Amino acid sequence: MTDESARPVFHHEPRWLGLTAAGWQQVIAPIVIGVLALGLWEAVVRLLAIPPYLLPGPILIAQTLFENWNSLLISLWITLQTTLLALLAAVLVGGLLSILFTQFKWLELSLFPYAVILQVTPIVAIAPLIIIWVNNTAASLLICAWIVAFFPILSNTILGLNSADHNLVNLFQLYGATRWQTLIRLRLPAALPYFLGGLRISGGLALIGAVVAEFVAGSGGTSSGLAFRILEASYQLKIPLMFAALALVSAAGIVIFLVLTLISHLLLRRWHESAMRQEN
Amino acid sequence: MPVSKDIPDNGASARPLVEIRGVSKRYANGTLAVSDVNLDIHAGEFLSLLGPSGCGKSSLLRMIAGLGEVSAGTIDWPSARRDGHGQPVRDLSFVFQDPTLMPWSTAQRNVMLPLVLKHMPARQAAERAAQALASVGLGSFLNAYPRELSGGMKMRVSIARALVTEPGILLLDEPFAALDEITRHKLNDDLLALWADTGFTVVFVTHSVFESAYLSQRIAIMAARPGRIIADMASNVAFPRPEAYRTSAEYAELCRTVSTRLQEAIAA
Repeated sequence: MTDESARPVFHHEPRWLGLTAAGWQQVIAPIVIGVLALGLWEAVVRLLAIPPYLLPGPILIAQTLFENWNSLLISLWITLQTTLLALLAAVLVGGLLSILFTQFKWLELSLFPYAVILQVTPIVAIAPLIIIWVNNTAASLLICAWIVAFFPILSNTILGLNSADHNLVNLFQLYGATRWQTLIRLRLPAALPYFLGGLRISGGLALIGAVVAEFVAGSGGTSSGLAFRILEASYQLKIPLMFAALALVSAAGIVIFLVLTLISHLLLRRWHESAMRQEN
Repeated sequence: MPVSKDIPDNGASARPLVEIRGVSKRYANGTLAVSDVNLDIHAGEFLSLLGPSGCGKSSLLRMIAGLGEVSAGTIDWPSARRDGHGQPVRDLSFVFQDPTLMPWSTAQRNVMLPLVLKHMPARQAAERAAQALASVGLGSFLNAYPRELSGGMKMRVSIARALVTEPGILLLDEPFAALDEITRHKLNDDLLALWADTGFTVVFVTHSVFESAYLSQRIAIMAARPGRIIADMASNVAFPRPEAYRTSAEYAELCRTVSTRLQEAIAA
């Protein structure tokens, strides 16, 4: 058959530990840069004899991180709990609202502007109010993080639900598909790549929202997350501890991003352009 | 002489499958896409709608399918079963210019779609889809995703999806326009073979004189602005048409006649 020889050709490169040569390059290059930068930092701190309360070197920060590992880990877990719950709520509320908005246009017309207002209002400005109104600190932190996280999921999923191929929509219509069948079999799968794009943005935003809310709440005691540890350390001029907590926040953000990227890749790899590499 | 300018006489007693009477289509922006079209589509025939871009042939096809209302006139299906509202149940399938496949589904699941939407049990639908794919030569690509198929193969999947419901009439909207010539010739032959085997009615929209002359029993030529039918010609060349037909004198003659009428249509 003539068609068959015209099929697209896909790469099957050799892999080491699941990564191709180009994949390893992508991992190794930033690591080399990072190590060089840290080395330079350490050298500058030592050569100029900068005192640790102004700028601690990376080795001291690593030591501090190691010494305070247990207490920092508890704080990390608290911040992560807020982040993940807020992300979950963002997925549920954002996903559900976007489906309702696309099914009932009047709902979108009347409510979407308020979602935009919620999004453009700086969280730092409304967090104090939320913390006053909601008695439970954990709940108020969660609400703040959710407000920051839910909009990308909402707007991206709405875009995705509306971008189903119009010929496919016609096809469903021709075969007498119900609204429900069209939603489940056409609009939701078509929206998946858009939703996952929103999810990756929201993952990072949920963490930022949680950290900002913790800063504003400034609550101590048993439920103190990483942001409070940073505040606390700065009050006590324990700058190395501050950096150690900061490093953990960054690490958490990176891990969240990587996990969401992996989920997205696994869900889309068989069919979506973004997850495929074709030989040219 | 293989060409006659008359509508083929299928016997006055047999009512046409589709009766198009005085149909016009005016879009919201004021464009008159189709103007006062009268056309009978007879059961079992292979009819081409031939015309330049913008002559309303796709609009007409979509109205036959029930996608989009007619602005004036009627499209009736005299012998079709009626639904609860007295509307004819159109026993048709539609093939778009693009393969229009769901990229997240395998070839088999794409072909299963019309059956699944009608609540056929999954196992039975899968079996029927596999048969339909085999009939278009893709029996070994059931689990391939559209992304992994060539343009011609994707169009075959699209045709298999149209045929899986065993429709009485197949409407094709410039289905092979985006394919290379070799693939298009092969798909033309395969479509004719399926038509000969199954006996469904075909309405084939194209802007290619050669394609319409090769495939059809009857060619309705359309002119643009406003879109209307200006000639209705029959080709009496028997089927199956061998590969040699593409280079025969009668084929060349038919192409020339059709082409002349089309030129007149564009000039008018």
